[in-house]
This record gives sequence, structure tokens and C-alpha cells, in this order.
Amino acid sequence: MKDVIIIGGGVIGCGIARELARYQADVAVLEKGNDVSVGTSKANSGIVHGGFDAKPNTLKAKYNVSGNAMFDELSRELDFPFRRNGSMVLCFDEAQIDGLQELYDRGIANGVRDMYIIRGNAELKKLEPYVSDKAVAALVVPNGGIVSPYEMTVAYAENAAVNGVEFRFLSEVSAISKDNGVFTVTCSDGYSEQARVVINAAGVYADIINNMVCEDKLHITARKGDYVLMDKTCGYLADHTLFQLPSKMGKGVLVTPTTHGNILVGPTATDVDDKSDVNTTAEELNEAFTKASITVPSLARRNIITQFSGLRAHLDTDDFVIGESTVEGFYNVAGIESPGLSCAPAIACDIAARVSSKLQLKEKLHFQAKRKGIPQFSKLSNTEREKLIDQNPLYGKIVCRCEVVTEGEIVDSIRRPVGAKDLDGVKRRTRAGMGRCQAGFCTPRIMEIIARELGCDMQDVTKLGGKSNVVIGRTK
Amino acid sequence: MIKVNLVIVGGGPAGLAAAKSAYDAGERDILILEREAELGGILNQCIHNGFGLHTFKEELTGPEYASRYIDEVVKRGITYKLNATVIDVSNNKTVTYVSAQDGLVQVQAKAVILACGCRERPRGAINIAGMRGAGVFSAGTAQKLVNIDGYLPGKEVVILGSGDIGLIMARRMTFEGAHVQAVVELMPFSSGLNRNIVQCLNDFDIPLYFSHTVVNIKGRERVEGVVIAQVDDRLQPIKETERFIPCDTLLLSVGLLPENELAKNAEVQLSPTTGGAVVDENLMTNVEGVFECGNVLHVHDLVDFVSAESENAGVRAADYINGVTPCREKTVISCTNGVRYCVPTVLNRDEVYAPQSFKMRVANVFKKVELAVLADGVKVYGRKRPVVAPGEMENINLTAEQMKMLKQAKSVEITLIKGE
Ligand SMILES: Cc1cc2nc3c(=O)[nH]c(=O)nc-3n(C[C@H](O)[C@H](O)[C@H](O)COP(=O)(O)OP(=O)(O)OC[C@H]3O[C@@H](n4cnc5c(N)ncnc54)[C@H](O)[C@@H]3O)c2cc1C
Ligand SMILES: Cc1cc2nc3c(=O)[nH]c(=O)nc-3n(C[C@H](O)[C@H](O)[C@H](O)COP(=O)(O)OP(=O)(O)OC[C@H]3O[C@@H](n4cnc5c(N)ncnc54)[C@H](O)[C@@H]3O)c2cc1C
Repeated sequence: MKDVIIIGGGVIGCGIARELARYQADVAVLEKGNDVSVGTSKANSGIVHGGFDAKPNTLKAKYNVSGNAMFDELSRELDFPFRRNGSMVLCFDEAQIDGLQELYDRGIANGVRDMYIIRGNAELKKLEPYVSDKAVAALVVPNGGIVSPYEMTVAYAENAAVNGVEFRFLSEVSAISKDNGVFTVTCSDGYSEQARVVINAAGVYADIINNMVCEDKLHITARKGDYVLMDKTCGYLADHTLFQLPSKMGKGVLVTPTTHGNILVGPTATDVDDKSDVNTTAEELNEAFTKASITVPSLARRNIITQFSGLRAHLDTDDFVIGESTVEGFYNVAGIESPGLSCAPAIACDIAARVSSKLQLKEKLHFQAKRKGIPQFSKLSNTEREKLIDQNPLYGKIVCRCEVVTEGEIVDSIRRPVGAKDLDGVKRRTRAGMGRCQAGFCTPRIMEIIARELGCDMQDVTKLGGKSNVVIGRTK
Repeated sequence: MIKVNLVIVGGGPAGLAAAKSAYDAGERDILILEREAELGGILNQCIHNGFGLHTFKEELTGPEYASRYIDEVVKRGITYKLNATVIDVSNNKTVTYVSAQDGLVQVQAKAVILACGCRERPRGAINIAGMRGAGVFSAGTAQKLVNIDGYLPGKEVVILGSGDIGLIMARRMTFEGAHVQAVVELMPFSSGLNRNIVQCLNDFDIPLYFSHTVVNIKGRERVEGVVIAQVDDRLQPIKETERFIPCDTLLLSVGLLPENELAKNAEVQLSPTTGGAVVDENLMTNVEGVFECGNVLHVHDLVDFVSAESENAGVRAADYINGVTPCREKTVISCTNGVRYCVPTVLNRDEVYAPQSFKMRVANVFKKVELAVLADGVKVYGRKRPVVAPGEMENINLTAEQMKMLKQAKSVEITLIKGE
């Protein structure tokens, strides 16, 4: 029997797992995918929001502001990419400048600091030289930031595992029952396990999990957002995260640098019926790009390197549902749509605190709070590179040309706790295959390395688990 | 820091030919750096016939063609390093490479030849919407999996793009027992060689749909099919013509991009049309002593032309090391009337008048045209062609006398004269 079962290995589930790992408790994470960060946590804007957008007195506002403040230390402790690049909300119409003031006031009510409004295109261009001539004013939010969401999730998971949390993959929870104060959680592969506390962090599926247990039903709509990712060569086009002030033209899209120096534009918003529908459409990709061009007109389609989409977990009530439900010991962390990523550190600490007091858990004596990420060859100085190759010659073998990723890094990503098991897993952890050739050259090489490290055949190597095998057999 | 006169980045056909000819021109201090475990470049995975008709007057496979040049390099005792990836070339010709064996090494060169080849355009570059599971490959990746690693990427195949690699893979996959449902081409013509369309598609009854494209990819974990549609004159898909083709594999053969990351680091000026460097007739870039040849300069369809071009680069690099100073005054060659690009891109306004070959491509299919070179508006060269197409590179061989006229002119133009 476990003390706690967490359902879902996204940033929320992994974050909670890590914070609970501080205590003497038996904790397991059940994830239906082949890896952590395979749901919404891998496909979003990666913005650590300032906190001016959420309505005052909502959970979104509360956790956003407190979560935002935790990122500097957390990213250092767990060694994941984060940068406080600042956000700007752009206004393209003199008549709507009031809208900026409204956001400013909301920010103040939420406790956001250091914001200011600037007017005049020339002033804007001093901060962002490539912004449109048509932008007339902006709200500047210095505490806005950017984070690599999947690397953050992986970092949380690794650190949780190092501190004793168990991760079980390909484990889709299909039933939960409660007898004599003990939950039995059953997965579709027949696995079942008991626990004193169950935490629902199942993303867009959190309603389904909740409805297995609680009388108070939840309903989550999956709202899809499509994105277009641009080559690093146009990384200079934006330094702040550039939002558009919502107008009669609609919500607008953002243009932002990523922590790795690409430019990301999007997202669109379309409600979809199927919670696994991350199908991008030509219309939406076009919409994302066209709207983004309003902010930065010099974005060029030929610099697009890939596209993807993610699903927002939108609850009918429009705010998060966080905490113990009416069923004792069953905790919901549901409806975690944007700014969920920004909130994750605060939510994780909060839930861990509540659960530990519920179960009267004691703190561990030897909690290891620090995690060291995979050494990134491309970011090192030549002297550091020399040293690294000297220690391990695999760092002298460059596998992914575009992102300059070495075999040493790939092997590390597989051997680590909660290590990569498929091409996408390697990609999220090392960036191999994320560059401009999008894994054209390195796919066969990475497959060989995965097969060798996991002791399987090339034919068993998948892109993202399940039936996503890359090759189907041997040639004649 | 080690010192070497001539560093050649890339040990494919371009790098090998350049090394050989630089040696024969008297240069002995040469280092070839190749990131793969073998010399030969992309040819190693091209196990089909069709290489070397121009150079050796016989049909060789890719590896056979490569081995002839490798033999020449070995015979001359030219130094090369394998598994050695160049990660930087600086403006002053410091070349940095890494390898498991040597660690990180910096080499100060007098001249550098970039011969790093090209890579394939990926799915993202053409922005096909849909799902992102397994089963979408660039044709070259599939070729490597089949020919080198011995694995079959899929059974029911659709190929987007009628570039040569796509055509060749259509035949290869068929030989391996897969079923190629169709080759889908956006343009109303193929960018591949005509002989490949005949030998790789027609002979196997594989349909080729011109003016069509793939608009969506279905299948969450693995490709389950693609939606194709006809396109209009502006190359936009026509909704009503959409149809679904079930398949488990989509191969992309949608163009090659010269691999010029190193050139950018070295501050080499690139041409937006070719994606390769802007070079003069010596194949020298705007950075003195840095040369380019082969597919990194512009995409060739035949390796024979790569070899010929690269031999020229090798000789010129040797000359440069021997103190031949480059001319600073240049004439930019303008390409007009359907000529997409020409290599060289600029001419030195010096007094060296040697026979010179120009390589060019057209932007569209044209019938009954004359390829013409004009000096100050006056035709110095003309050649009638019944048909020209973007898929076939055209060679223009100019005499020393013709080169003299061009070099003395204020303007040089390469153009198509249409009509009878
Ligand atoms: C388009 C878009 C843009 C966004 N941009 C931002 C942003 O810029 N800043 C920001 O702060 N937030 C943003 N967000 C929100 C943020 O991405 C989410 O709040 C966050 O990723 C949610 O994490 P999660 O762990 O709840 O969900 P997920 O990452 O989806 O994790 C849930 C996990 O549960 C698993 N699961 C589901 N059902 C079961 C089951 N039955 N059994 C076992 N496992 C199960 C899933 O496989 C999944 O891995 C954005 C969201 C979207 C969609
Ligand atoms: C599928 C296919 C089919 C073809 N079919 C034919 C045919 O039938 N007939 C024909 O005549 N031609 C054919 N060709 C064309 C011919 O193969 C090419 O034109 C030729 O290989 C180009 O030579 P290259 O040396 O410029 O480039 P490549 O062969 O690509 O060689 C470049 C070399 O540089 C190395 N390199 C690159 N960057 C670095 C770095 N940073 N550090 C170290 N090394 C580096 C690469 O590893 C590679 O070995 C075909 C090509 C392909 C891809």
C-alpha cells in the first residue's frame, strides 16, 4: 500500500511528487503515457506569466503571483532553463489604451510589482526594435519569464525519483474505489494498488478521474491551441514575450522567444471533442502566423521549423479546482489551464503541505533538493568541452548536428532516473532532433543508441511509446 | 593550436576531389575533417547505379564512385580524420573540431574549403498540419535506414515531392516489398531527373500526381493516412479535391538545403536563392581564403559535376596558399528572364582569362529557349535548348576569350532568350 498515489505525470503531478518527496512517505505517480510531460505540459507557450491577467481573488491569480516568485530559486535548484525576459502587452489602437490601464489595475490588485505603461512607437522600439510600426503603447511586466516546460517537468520527476518516488508508466487509471478509508486504484492493464491519499492531476482528463470518485461532477472542455515554431536564426526578433491586447478582433496570439532561442508564435483556441486531438490544422496554423505578423511583421514563413498543439483543460467554472474533495483523502488539482505552468511550483508546495498534515508525515532527514541537469555540450566553453570529452569520449561524438548534441548527453538522458525511453523523450531532454532539420539525420543514430542502452532491438524503438515504432521490420 | 595549410571540411565527393586536386597542384599540407565513420559522404547510402557517366564514362553505384576518389586520396597520403565534427570556422580561418579520439582541437588554416554537403528540408519547413506520430521520414533518412541499417520504415507508402531521392526511394521501397501508393508533387513538373521518373516510377506503375500536395497527416502514434489535395495556380490546396489515402509512411522529398551553419559563423555571405555562399569564379567566398564547393554551395543533381567543381576549388585554394592574391573588384552576375541562379555568383575584374564553366538553373519549365550570356548587353555565348527544367542543372562552358569579354564588361547577365 502507498501513502499517496498521484495520477498524471505532467508538471502538476511531477511537481507535487517532488514536494511530497520531502516527507517520509511512500509515493507513486501513475502516468498513462510512456514518459512524463507527454500531455499539456509539453505543448504550451512556456510563459511564466506576470499575474496581471487573471481575475482578482481567483485561484489562478493567487497561485500565479506566488508561483512566479518561486521560479528563480527553483530553476537553480533543479537546473532547468528559465529566464525573466519580461512580458509586454501591446496595444495597436489609441482608442484602446484604457485596456492597458485595466490590465495594470488588475495586476496591482493581484499583487504584481514593477509594471509600467509606455506610450509611443519610438519608445516601444527602444525595447523591441522589430515590433510593428502600428503598435502605440504597451504594458511592460518585468517579472514575466519564459521556461522550458518539459525540461521543468522532467527535472521535477528526476528529483522526485532520486528522493524515492516511484513512477509507473503506461498505467492508465481506469477505476478508483474506496473501502474502509483506503483507495484502490486500478489501471487498464490490470495493475492495481492501494493508497491512503489519491491526487488527481490528470490534466484534460481530470474530470473523468474526479467523476470516478466524487458525487460533485466536473466537466472539462479540451480547448486546442496550435503553435508555429521558428528557427533560431530569427531569434533576434523578440526579446520580451509580446502579447496583443485583446480587442474586438479577438484574443490575439503571442510572439515569444523560447529559453533555447527560437521564436514561438500562437496559440489559437478551438474547442475539440476528443481529449487526445492534438491534430494541427492548416487554417489554425495560418491564423497563428498571420496574427503574429501583426506584432512582428518581419516574421517569415520560410523560417518555420515545426508546429504543434496543446490542449487547455477548461472547466465550466473558469477557475482551478484545487484541494481535498468531498471524498476524504481524494484531492483534485483540476482545470489547470493557463497560467497553470506558472502556478505549478506554488500549487505543488500547497498540496504537499496539505497532504502531509493530513497524513501527519514527517520530513525526511536526507532530502536531496538539488538536481544537476544533463551537461549541455553546445553551451559549454571550449575548455569545459575538452575536459568533458576527456572524462567521457562519448561527449566527443556529435549526434544531432543542428543543436550540437553529443552521444554523451543522449546516453545520460536514457540512464538517468525516469530516463528517456523513446525518440521524443530523448528530444525533450537533450534537444536532439529539435533543430532545423527536425531529426532527419540523427533519427537512425539515436535509435541505435536507445536500442543499445535499453537492450532492445532497433525495431522496438518508438517515437512516443505505444505503437509508434519507427521501423516495421528488417529489409529482405 | 595546430597549423595546417589547407583544411577541408567534409569528406564527401566534394571534399575528396578538392583534396586530390589541391595535392596535384603542389599543396602537401592538407587535412580533411569528416564527421562520419567513413569517407564518401551521402554517396555511401546511394547504392543504386547511375553515378560517374560523365567522369568515368561508366555507370557506378554511389559507394563505387566514392571509393575511386577515396583511393586517390589514400594513394597521395593525404591526412584525414574520421568521426571528427567541425563545430566552428572563424573569420580568420581557425577551424574547431571535436572527436572522441582527439577531444576538442583547434586548427589554424591558411585556406579552408567548406564541402559539407546539404541536408533535407523537413516537414516543418513545408508546414504540413496534422498529427506528429511515427512514420514521417525525409527520403534520405529512409534511404539510410533501408540501405545502411537494413530496416524497413513502412509498408504502405506515400511520397511527397518528386525530387531524385524521393523517386529513387519509390523504387527502393518497392524492391523491399513495400507498396508505394503515389508520388505527390506540388508543382506541375518534377524537380527530379527525367531518367529517374521513367526508371523509378513508370516501370513500377507508381502514379505521379502533379499539382497536388499533402494537407494533413492522420494517426496518433503511427501514420494512418494522409489527406492530399490538388492545388490551384497559386499553389493553394483546393478544398473540394481533398481525398484520404490510407498509408503507414510518408516520405518527404521536398528539397535539399545547403548546410551553411559553419559558413555563417565565418561571416561568409550567403545567396538567398541557392542557400550557399556567394562565390567568385575561383569558388572563393567574400571571406578571403574560404572556399565552397559541392552541395554546400548549391544543390547538384549529378555527383560528376560536384567532382569537377570541387577539383577547381582545390586548385584555387592551393594557388591562394601560394600567394595568388584575390582581386577586390567584382562584377555581380545578374540572372534574368527565368534564370534562377548561376554559380559563380560574381566575377573578379582581374586579368586572368581561363576557360570557365558556369552552372545554372531555371525557375520553371521552358521550351525552345536559348541560354545566353551577355556582356554589356551583347551576347558572347548562346546555346539553344529544346527544353529546360528546374530539375536539371545546365552547364555553360566558356572559353578564355569569352571570359575576357565578360571580365572586361561593366555588366554580365545570364538570361533565357525565348521563342524560335
Ligand atoms: C495552448 C496552451 C498554452 C499554455 N500556455 C501557458 C503558459 O504560457 N504559461 C502557463 O503558465 N501555462 C500555460 N498553459 C497551461 C499549462 O500548460 C498547464 O496548466 C499545465 O501544463 C498543466 O499541467 P498538468 O500536469 O495539469 O497537465 P498535463 O501535462 O496534461 O498532465 C496530465 C497527465 O495526466 C495523464 N493522465 C490523464 N489521464 C490519466 C489516467 N487516466 N491515468 C494516468 N494518467 C493519466 C496524461 O497522460 C498527462 O501526462 C497553456 C496551456 C495550453 C493548452
Ligand atoms: C539520395 C541521393 C541520390 C543521388 N543520386 C545520384 C545519382 O543517381 N547520380 C549522381 O550522379 N548523383 C546523385 N546524387 C548526388 C550526389 O550524391 C551528391 O551530389 C554528392 O554526394 C554531393 O557531394 P558533397 O561532397 O557536396 O556532399 P556530401 O556527399 O553530402 O558530403 C558532405 C560531407 O561533409 C561531411 N560534413 C558536413 N558537415 C561537417 C562538419 N561540420 N564536420 C565534418 N564533416 C562534415 C558530411 O558528413 C559528408 O560526408 C544523389 C544524392 C542523393 C542524396
